[in-house]
Parts: sequence; structure tokens; C-alpha cells
Amino acid sequence: MLTNAFSMETLMEAWEIFKTQFPLAIWETVYVTLLSAAIAIIIGLPLGVIFVTGEKGGILPLPAPVMKILNFIINVLRSVPFLILMILVFPLTRAIVGTVVGTPATVVPLVIAAFPFVSRLVEGSLREVNPNTIEMAQSMGASPMQIITKVMIPESVPALISNATNAIITILGYSAMSGIIGGGGLGKIAINYGYYRYKYLIMIFAVVLLVVIVQVIQSLGTRLAIKADKRLKNKQ
Amino acid sequence: MIEIKNVSKTFATADNDVEALKGVTLSIADGDIYGIIGMSGAGKSTLVRCINMLERPTEGSVEIDGVDITRLSEAELRSVRRDITMIFQGFNLLMQRTCLKNVCFPLELAGVNKTEARKRAMELLDLIGLADKANAYPAQLSGGQQQRIAIARALATNPKVLLCDEATSALDPNTTHSILELIREINQKMGITAVIITHQMSVVEEICNKVAILDHGVVVEQGEVGEVFSNPKSAAGKRLVYPAGEEDTAVVAGSGKPTIRVVFNGADATATPLIARMAVQTGVEASIAYAATRSLQGKIYGTMLLNVSSEEDAEKAIAFISEREGVIAEEVEKDAD
Repeated sequence: MLTNAFSMETLMEAWEIFKTQFPLAIWETVYVTLLSAAIAIIIGLPLGVIFVTGEKGGILPLPAPVMKILNFIINVLRSVPFLILMILVFPLTRAIVGTVVGTPATVVPLVIAAFPFVSRLVEGSLREVNPNTIEMAQSMGASPMQIITKVMIPESVPALISNATNAIITILGYSAMSGIIGGGGLGKIAINYGYYRYKYLIMIFAVVLLVVIVQVIQSLGTRLAIKADKRLKNKQ
Repeated sequence: MIEIKNVSKTFATADNDVEALKGVTLSIADGDIYGIIGMSGAGKSTLVRCINMLERPTEGSVEIDGVDITRLSEAELRSVRRDITMIFQGFNLLMQRTCLKNVCFPLELAGVNKTEARKRAMELLDLIGLADKANAYPAQLSGGQQQRIAIARALATNPKVLLCDEATSALDPNTTHSILELIREINQKMGITAVIITHQMSVVEEICNKVAILDHGVVVEQGEVGEVFSNPKSAAGKRLVYPAGEEDTAVVAGSGKPTIRVVFNGADATATPLIARMAVQTGVEASIAYAATRSLQGKIYGTMLLNVSSEEDAEKAIAFISEREGVIAEEVEKDAD
């Protein structure tokens, strides 16, 4: 079996598939991941801010029931496994994209799976801001909105960047999974060739490429986070 | 003029209410450097936060130039806070901004345009002697430099009052001294009233003209620094001035000889040596059994206990010492033997 899988013939066949199919698959994976991440951040960032500022004793407290409902919704969304979530949101996907198969259609479930996660990451990052710094801003006459935009978010930029990196990598993983129900990209290739047609070599190619993409995103994210952090000494 | 009238603050916790302040009344005149001293937990930080309404008093009023700020809305308070700025023990600089932008921060909040804000910030950095650090980040600065930046930031909006919440407690003695010098300079040059919260006697001695001693949420003593520290009347005041325990009892009880208590209440520190001169002029040799004196702005305050060999000597010594201005001498009554 193994020798068969790596024979000259299968190698040539795999190389052919690699050349013809992978460029598009890589592009699909990258754009779906980045687009979904961007939308998830647009929704998740304000939500994360609300989780911190809206609680009792926060700088812009919201009514407790509102906070409870928000928390509940986010927790529910986070508990649904992604595979099931994709199927559950079919009606919504169809309403927005017009179809439930294909690469653009996977953006909808990806965003819905990712924004609750992103909102929690944002919440965690903002909570790291020293409460004394916020008190300082209040003592200088900052309004709640000014505290959010000029203190809380700018002061947690390094944490936000590393958490955004985490979010993007998680979304990349989800996007590969979406290959099972018709999403495009490297995940689709891995599943179609590896799982349905026993062409393990193709699957390994796809997995290796996913690993490379994750590595690139992670090292870029880490480098950016370090560069953005002005608390580290000995650095201009 | 800051008038704190009958201010109380109670924090409700899960199992009981904590009274941080109980009927505090203080009045701080324009141009004062007013020290508020007390042990940790005495309510100092809560009190100073009632002056800019970071804490709203449960009862009482805080008047700034006749306006009761406890009645102002949050929006109105924001503009008051540009007149009453604050520096902190932990400096609380924005770590992701350069020093220049930290100083610009309150101006940004107030809506001052960017060029003007930068100009003002540069002037202030110049004033505090850190113009060369304009583009450095706070993490690259020492604690003392960070506190200077924080002071520049607090001055950006031209405040009338500077609140200092344990501003030197995280600094070493030399740096503390230089920060206090800076505060004094600001007070004298710009006429800014300073309220200094501290647990360190030395800070109050060094720059304050008035002091209030806070103990368990109550002002137990207040007045001119010299008066309060030379002759503390409250238990909390005595604990601060005589941290090793109260002067005499042990010393006095232990000696069989007459003991004289000498109280310095603003005697000239540069005048001739008192005890040596007494020995020369009256022939009374006194041994110093206890001394706790300190020099405040060139004047001596505190207490000294002298032992002399006979009642006759004691009378002579008291007569001699009492002639000196700002010094009171009395014989210590012994109750036991």
C-alpha cells in the first residue's frame, strides 16, 4: 500500500494535481480566512469592548440583563461544534450568499463561529490594561468613549495583535474543515483526494501547505506584536 | 480654595459597610502645599479622590472656589478635572505612547489642536528637564523620570490644583527629593496649590506648609506643619512623630535624678548650641536622656529630655533655657518614685 502510494506513477500524478489545483486552493484558503477574520474582528471588537466597559463598575455600565443576554448568546455560539454550526446556518448562508456551497458561502459560518471567539479574546486583552491607567484618564477628564479609543484599545495593541494571530489560525483550521460540506481551498483538496480517493500524497501536500501557512501567520503575528509593544526596553 | 466639609464615604461590601471617611472637614488655601498624612488604610487615597470626584462622597460637600462639585454631573466634572489634576504612586503613564504624546494626552482630551498641544507639551518637557526624552517611551525611563513626565502631563491643562497620591512612595530618597523640589518649584512659580498624600513624615517636613493627620477616616490633627509635628496631641500624631514609641516614660522612670523636658517650638536652628552654652554659662551639666527633634525650614521642633544632678541645677537650667525664643523648659513630674 505504502510503496504503491509513493511509486513513481503516483508521484507524477500528485505533482500534476499539485500544479493545477493548489495555486487556486491556496488562494481560496487565504482569502476565506482573512476575509472571515476581518469581518469577525469588525463584529467581535466592539462586543469585546462592551463586555469590559458594560459590566457593573465598568466605565460605561449597561443594564445587567443586557449583559447577561449578550454573554449567553456568545457562550451558546461558542459551544456549537463548527461542523454542526455550518449546517445550522445554511438558511442564513443561502439568504446572504444565495448558495450554501462554494468558497464564498463558507465565509458566513466562519464569521459566525469566529466572532464570539474574537469578542472573548478582545475582552481578555482589554482586561489586561492597568485599571490605574484608566483611573488616570478619568482624573484628566476623559469621557468613556475617549477612554476606550485613546487608552484601552491603544494600550492593549500588542495583546490584540497576538490574539488576532490566534484567531486567524483558528479560522484557518475551520476553513479547512469546511471542505467537507463544499467549501473550497486546501481543506477540500485534502478531504477529496485523501479521504475519498485514498491519494494520501495529495493530502500530505495539502497538510504541509497548511502547516506552512500557519507558520507564516504565526511568525508574522509574533513579530508585529513585539514591534508594536513599546513596553519592551532596549528598543527604539 | 478647597473646602472639604463634613465628608464621609462608606463603601458597601458583601458582608459589611466600610467607613473610609468619617466627617472630614479641611480647608486648603490657594498656594498651599497641603500634606495629608496617615498610615495605610487611614483613608488618605479616598479623601484625595473626593477632591476630584473619582470617588463621590456619601455625605458632605467639596467646594472648589465656592462651587460644590459633589452636585456636578459627570460631563461638568470632566471640565473641573482639567483644573484639578493628579499624579500617582505608579506614575500611570500610557506605555504605548511616547513621552511627548503622554504630555499631549490631556490636551487631546480637551480638544486642543495637535500643533498647539505639541508646542505646549514641549514647553513642559523643557520645564521638567526632559526635553531630550520627547520621543522616548516611558519604559525606557527611570522611575523618577517617569514621575516627571507624569507631572508635566498633569500641568498641561494649566490646573489650579495638583493632587499627589503617594507620588514619591515608589522612589528612592534622592529621587523623592528631586520630585519634591519640582513640586515646590511648580507651586512657587505657577502658584499651583498642591495636595500631598503620603505616609512619609519626611515628605511633609520637606515641602508642606500645612498638614492634616488622618487616622481611621478621621482628621485627628491639622494645622501648620511645625506646630503639629513639634507637639503632636493625638495618638496617631504621636505614632507618626515618635515611631519608636512615646518619648519619656521609661527614661524618666529609670533615672533617679531631676528630669527636664525641653520643647522646641520653632527655635532658630542656626543659633548657638543650647546645651553647651548652658554648661559654660551656668555650670549645669546636663545629660541628654532622650531627643527627638527635627528641623523644618530652618527651625527646630521637637522634644528633648535632660537629666541634671540636683533640683538646684534643674531650676537654673530651666531659667536659662526658657530665655531662648521658641523653647520651653519644664521639669518632668515623676509619679512613681
